[in-house]
Amino acid sequence: MIAMHWLYALAGAMFAAFALLSALDTAHSKRFGNAAFWGLMALSLLGGDAIGDFGNGLLVLGLAGLAGFGLIGRSSPPTTGAEEREGWSQRLGNRLFLPALIIPVTALIGTLLYNYTPIGGLGWIEAKRETYVFLALGVLIALATIFAWLRPPALAPLQEGRRLIDAIGWAAVLPQMLAALGVLFAAAGVGDIIGGVTRQAIPEGSVFLTVAVFGLGMALFTMIMGNAFAAFPVMAAAIGVPLLIVGYGGDPAVVGAVGMLAGFCGTLMTPMAANFNLVPAALLELKDQYGVIRAQVATALPLLVLNILIIYFAAFR
Amino acid sequence: MNYWPLLGIALVVIGFALKLNPMLVVTAAAIVTGLLGGMDLIEVVSTFGKAFNDNRIIAIVWIVLPVIGLLERHGLQQRAASVIRGLKSATTGRLLILYLAYRQLTAAIGLHSTAGHAQTVRPLVAPMALAAAEKQHGTLDEETAETVKAYSAATDNVGLFFGEDIFFAIGSIVLIQQTLVTYGYNLSPLELALWAIPSAICAFLIHGARLLLLDRRLGQKP
Repeated sequence: MIAMHWLYALAGAMFAAFALLSALDTAHSKRFGNAAFWGLMALSLLGGDAIGDFGNGLLVLGLAGLAGFGLIGRSSPPTTGAEEREGWSQRLGNRLFLPALIIPVTALIGTLLYNYTPIGGLGWIEAKRETYVFLALGVLIALATIFAWLRPPALAPLQEGRRLIDAIGWAAVLPQMLAALGVLFAAAGVGDIIGGVTRQAIPEGSVFLTVAVFGLGMALFTMIMGNAFAAFPVMAAAIGVPLLIVGYGGDPAVVGAVGMLAGFCGTLMTPMAANFNLVPAALLELKDQYGVIRAQVATALPLLVLNILIIYFAAFR
Repeated sequence: MNYWPLLGIALVVIGFALKLNPMLVVTAAAIVTGLLGGMDLIEVVSTFGKAFNDNRIIAIVWIVLPVIGLLERHGLQQRAASVIRGLKSATTGRLLILYLAYRQLTAAIGLHSTAGHAQTVRPLVAPMALAAAEKQHGTLDEETAETVKAYSAATDNVGLFFGEDIFFAIGSIVLIQQTLVTYGYNLSPLELALWAIPSAICAFLIHGARLLLLDRRLGQKP
C-alpha cells in the first residue's frame, strides 16, 4: 500500500537536494545557513519517526534559530532571464499550459477515479490520502513530460525548485510550527480558559446576543489559534451545545455547520493561519507580508455578520 | 482558574504586531505557554517536536515547486499573461470571479487539494490577473500590482474556505460531527454539509462584488 511515508521520502529527498545545492552555491552569502535549514527539513521528512519526540523538538529549535537570527536568505541559482522567457513563451505557445495542467488534472482525475470507481476498494493507497498521492504522481508525470519535450539541464528542476523555496524561505515551515503551537496551547488548557471567559461575557436571556458571541468567539479564537478546528470544540462546549442547542433549542446542524464557517471568517484575518495568508504573500513576493490579509478583511467581516444572521434565523426557525 | 497560559497568546499577538520573525515568536510562545501550563522544559520541547512531526503532511505540497520552477524557466508566466492580453473582454475582476467559482465548485466536490497558492495562483492566476489589470489600467505602479496579486491569493482562500465544507467527507465536517456526537447529537455529514451552502453563496456574492469594485478602481486611468 502506498502510505504517506512514501511521500515524506520524496519530499525529504527534494529538500536534501536543496540543502546540498545550497552548500555548493559559492555565490550565496548565506549558503551554509540555507543548507542547514533545508537539511533539517530533509531530516524531519526522512527520519522524523526515528529521532524521537525530543529529537524532533531540537530539530524545530534549530529551524527557528536559523530563520529567526537571519542565517538564511534568498538565492539566485542559474535560470533564464525575462527576455529569454518571453522568447520561449512565443515559441512554445499555449502548449506550455499542458505540463502545468498535468498536476491538477492528475490529482483531480485520480481522486475521482479512486473515490467513485471500484479501484478505491482495492486499498492501494492510505485512506483519505489519495489526493496527495495523485498530486505526487502528477509531479512525476509533469517532470517526465518536460524532460522529454524541452530537455532542460539535468539539475534544472532542483535548481529552479531551490530558487522558489528560497524565495519563500521560513514561511514554508511556519504553518507546521503553528500547528505545533496549537497543540501546546491545547495541552496548557488555553481552550478551557477562553471558553470560560466567553461564557461569562454572555448576557442571559437574549438568543441573538448569545448567537453573536458564539459567532464572534469562533472567529476570534480561530484568529488566535490560526485554525477553526481548534476553536470549534471549545466554543461548542462553552456556548454552542449548552446554551444554543440545549438552552434555546437551536438546530444542532445549523449551529455546528455555520458556527465552523464563522470560524473560517477568522482564518481570513489572522497571520496565525500562515499557510493561507503569509505563505502566498511570500510566494507572490509581496512587499507587505500582511497584504493578503488586508485584501481579505473586507470580505471576512460582512461574511461573519451574515453567518451570525444565518445561525440566528435558520437554527431558531 | 490558572490564567497564566494566556501570556503565550499575548506574546504571539505582540510579536506579530511588531513584525518580529514569526519563527522566533512562535517558538517563544510555545515554550512560555508550555512552562506556564505546568510542563518542564524537556516535556515542552518534546511536545513541540512531536506535534511538528505529526503535521509533516503540510510540507508535502512543496514537491510541486520543481515543476513550477521549470515551467517558469520556459516562460509560463509570460504565456499566461499573453493569453489574457489576447482576450478582449478579460478584466481582473471577471477573471478572479471565474476562479472563485471554479475553486468553490471543485472544493465542494472534494477536490480542494487540486488547486492552491503554489499549484495555481503563482504560476497562472496571479500573472493572468496582472496582465488583465495592465490592459485596464495601463502600466501598474507597485502598489496596484501588489493589490492585484494580494486579491489573487485572497480569492483562492475565500473560494477554498467557503466551498470545501459543502463536501461531506472533509475534515471539518467530520470534526463537527464527532464533537456533537459526544453530546448525544448524531447528525449525518450530509445534513451538516447542506448547511454550508447558504454561507458559500454569501461568500461568492460578497467577494464577487468586491472584485467588481476592484475592476472599477483599475478602470480609472492614472
